[in-house]
Amino acid sequence: MTHNRYVVILGCGRLGSYLANRLSRDGNSVVVIDKDEATFRNLSPDFSGFRVIGDAGHMAVLKEAKLKKADVLIATTREDNVNLMVAQVGRKIFGVPQVLARVFDPKREEVYAQLEIDTICPTSVAADIFLRAIANDAAKMRGKSS
Amino acid sequence: MKAIIVGGGKTLYFICRNLTSKGYQVIIINRDKEECIQLARQLPATVIWGDGSDVGILGEAGAMGADAVLAVTPNDQDNLVICQLAALKFGVPRAVALANDPDNTEVFETLGVSAFSTTHIVGSLIEQRASLEQITNLLPVGEGRVNVTEILLDETSPAAGKRLKEITLPENALVAVVIRDKQPIVPRGDNDLRTGDRLVLITLPENHGPVLKAFTGERR
Repeated sequence: MTHNRYVVILGCGRLGSYLANRLSRDGNSVVVIDKDEATFRNLSPDFSGFRVIGDAGHMAVLKEAKLKKADVLIATTREDNVNLMVAQVGRKIFGVPQVLARVFDPKREEVYAQLEIDTICPTSVAADIFLRAIANDAAKMRGKSS
Repeated sequence: MKAIIVGGGKTLYFICRNLTSKGYQVIIINRDKEECIQLARQLPATVIWGDGSDVGILGEAGAMGADAVLAVTPNDQDNLVICQLAALKFGVPRAVALANDPDNTEVFETLGVSAFSTTHIVGSLIEQRASLEQITNLLPVGEGRVNVTEILLDETSPAAGKRLKEITLPENALVAVVIRDKQPIVPRGDNDLRTGDRLVLITLPENHGPVLKAFTGERR
């Protein structure tokens, strides 16, 4: 990823804070939004970006994070619907060029692909890895038995 | 007609009571188990306990084949997603979302979901009722871009006693119907206007004020 991009991250849980720390360390301008101030403890001491406290479902909060200027928006809250709404608002109303949302429910992910909203579904990603691992083990066992 | 309503509280209760009394088949989806039990006791509706933004639950509620889905939960993001899933996944012809944050009505419309805000509706009603007591009805149509207003001409009205073509109206305004002695007349330029007439006006929000002034005069 190129440096010096303006990245807005929604949610400062395990995934959000991890991304924020990494992207900040790589030289990007990062803004993290979370409604729970305590989650900002997850940010590392060398995190150089901004913190916004607020509910991302409110337009005022997204404006405060200067979403209009953002190059990238990443929605990582634990609520699928929040991520899906903010991703669409970021894409279609604020015109953010790159928008990614975490969505746990694979059935929801499928529908939003139709709306050209890029989602990452940890459930289906993990399932794929598990299935591949199982298939590999099975192949190995067959190799041994023959 | 079959309608699915997602949400709870008094809004849902009264909407549901209203629709079932008109003969709708209503299915309620609510996340709170206790509230589901209460609703099932109080209303002649099918009640499903679960997350209305879950594709499985919507399917279970019979979204495929429903005529309308109404999302009135206190969370705007849930209402948006429920309506989008209903329309995209199940092809429900009418999906309407409550926007708790009035700013979100516009956002939802941009994202392709019909939305309403109780704050907006109540606000505009109070404004209209308070500003002119002669206005008996105000109906925003075309997503609020057109107003249909019913007004009463009284003796102080500058329009009373004039012919319609003698009244200078702003552009994009129309007197659609004159109701005189309970008889509706579709007026032409030569029709006169009398005290006691009820006029149905079609205006745009930007010329609504000036048009009203032309018929009722200046007063507050």
